[in-house]
Amino acid sequence: MTAPALSRRGVADQATRPVSTRRGWRQDLTGWAFAAPFVILFGVFMALPILISFLLSFTSFGLRDLQNPIGTTFVGADNYTRLLSDGKFWKALGNTFYFVAVGVPLTLAIGLLIASALSRGISRFRTVFRVGYYLPVITSIVAIAVVWRFLLNPDVGLINSVLRGIGISGPDWLASPALAMPSIIAMAVWRNLGFAMVVFIAGLQAIPAVLYEAASIDGAGRWQSFRYVTLPMLRPTILFMLVITTIGYLQLFEEPFVMTDGGPLDATLSVTMYMYQQGFEFFKQGYASAVAYVLFVIVAVIAFLQFRFLREDA
Amino acid sequence: MTAIQAPSGGRSALDDMPAKGSPSRIWIYAGLTLGILLMVGPFLWMLLGSLKPQAEFLVNPPTFLPKNPTIDNFTRLFDQLDFPRFFFNSSLVAVAVTLGNVLFCPMLGYALAKLKWRGKGLVMGLVLATLMVPAGITLIPNFVLMANLNLVNTYPGLILPFLVGPFGVFLTRQFMYGIPDELLEAARIDGANEWRIFWGIVLPITAPVLATLGILTFLGSWNSFLYPLVMAQEPDMYTLPVALATFATGQYQADHGMLMAGSVVLVLPVLIIFILFQRWITEGIATTGLKG
Repeated sequence: MTAPALSRRGVADQATRPVSTRRGWRQDLTGWAFAAPFVILFGVFMALPILISFLLSFTSFGLRDLQNPIGTTFVGADNYTRLLSDGKFWKALGNTFYFVAVGVPLTLAIGLLIASALSRGISRFRTVFRVGYYLPVITSIVAIAVVWRFLLNPDVGLINSVLRGIGISGPDWLASPALAMPSIIAMAVWRNLGFAMVVFIAGLQAIPAVLYEAASIDGAGRWQSFRYVTLPMLRPTILFMLVITTIGYLQLFEEPFVMTDGGPLDATLSVTMYMYQQGFEFFKQGYASAVAYVLFVIVAVIAFLQFRFLREDA
Repeated sequence: MTAIQAPSGGRSALDDMPAKGSPSRIWIYAGLTLGILLMVGPFLWMLLGSLKPQAEFLVNPPTFLPKNPTIDNFTRLFDQLDFPRFFFNSSLVAVAVTLGNVLFCPMLGYALAKLKWRGKGLVMGLVLATLMVPAGITLIPNFVLMANLNLVNTYPGLILPFLVGPFGVFLTRQFMYGIPDELLEAARIDGANEWRIFWGIVLPITAPVLATLGILTFLGSWNSFLYPLVMAQEPDMYTLPVALATFATGQYQADHGMLMAGSVVLVLPVLIIFILFQRWITEGIATTGLKG
């Protein structure tokens, strides 16, 4: 049946077209009916805004345009050329990269360390440990930032009182331009390592036991089997976590918003925070859209590069 | 492979872990326990802080355990500030967003996994393309849109943009691929229409995945901050994170007791949900995360 049908495809198509079209039309309708609620909501509040945001970034949209968005003025690439010479934007970009460059490797390394200890080092209390390490992941960043700001308080905070107890006079963490960002990084690592841990545990469970056995027959120690079995086998999981964590960390916002307001001396100002300030404190929404789009492009490029390079040198 | 595996059949990856009571194993337990203390410590500090009277924050050195525990901070939250209202706002928004996702996402998931229709590839591509878009991108256009619809500072303004999301589609589509076509075909032959098949057969089978999706969506909405910060302009529409952040960066920034109590109110419901459903949450993330 199939062979003649294939060789005379044109004829067969013509013969069945009226029937299949009617049937196909009904199938299309059913498909779109199921898709409709999602597609409408998604189109209006997600897809369309991505386009509008792009258009807005070429306008001088501000507070007075809010009631009459169509009447706003197009300014060409002015917003983007202004960004290039905006020192505060570059500062925010630098801070965000600093946060990502230190925060992402630390989160992944500690997450992997704990995942290995939990799945290959011990046999009891696994659930208790897993729940404990995962706890901060599901809690509000705002609440965590409020609590950590209090922990880091130079006078009444727990951290400095512990330091005082061993005779060290702790610094004012969040008021020091050099220490504010490392403090925020420490908090972000603390909050997110549980997510990395859970994903790595799943990845570790998928590694066949026979590989470890073969390695130990060949005389490999714990470090060697980690280096030559675990790491290569876990590569896709590590890549996935690297991309996800980087995308998340590039959007740093709540932590500096609550803990430092971007200070001191803009040391913790992030790109998203700068966008928020421009858009909703100074009401320059056109300019803020340009900031948002630059971040979008950076996220896309970094995700692409991570997939590209890390996949190839496997 | 089989030849090598056969003799070692019953062994697992765990067999070469350090023996019970061996020094290296004790070190691992000790390290993990120290880690847990660091993880749980801040939560304990929050809870203890919320029970301390104002005067106790002024003593030097600061106390760890409250000397005179009080629930005064909580009463102030509920009497002086409008925390019952914020709690209600957060709950309403999170429940509505969760219901939307749990209904609309599996509908599209079903259409993508089990139905043939023109435009399917386009919709799939659209959903895929938005997976890596930073939330900031849609914030400003949505604000402009809501301002023109007069929906800023309303519940629909807080809810509508989050009724659906790509995550739920991937999660349900992935799962529904596994449902045998014969099952659905049999129902079709019996004369059931697609909606009845979806509602009566597919959704019940998908229930465990919907539970995971529901819990994760609820938590995400309960904790979300940037969008409600922009969209809730007046205190009567504040959600809990917006209220807490506003007080923490405004006139109550030194009122540690009240801020800790506010954090407890924000965190406690989530902790309860997590402890009750931790298996759904961590396992849902592990499997979908890897396949996503």
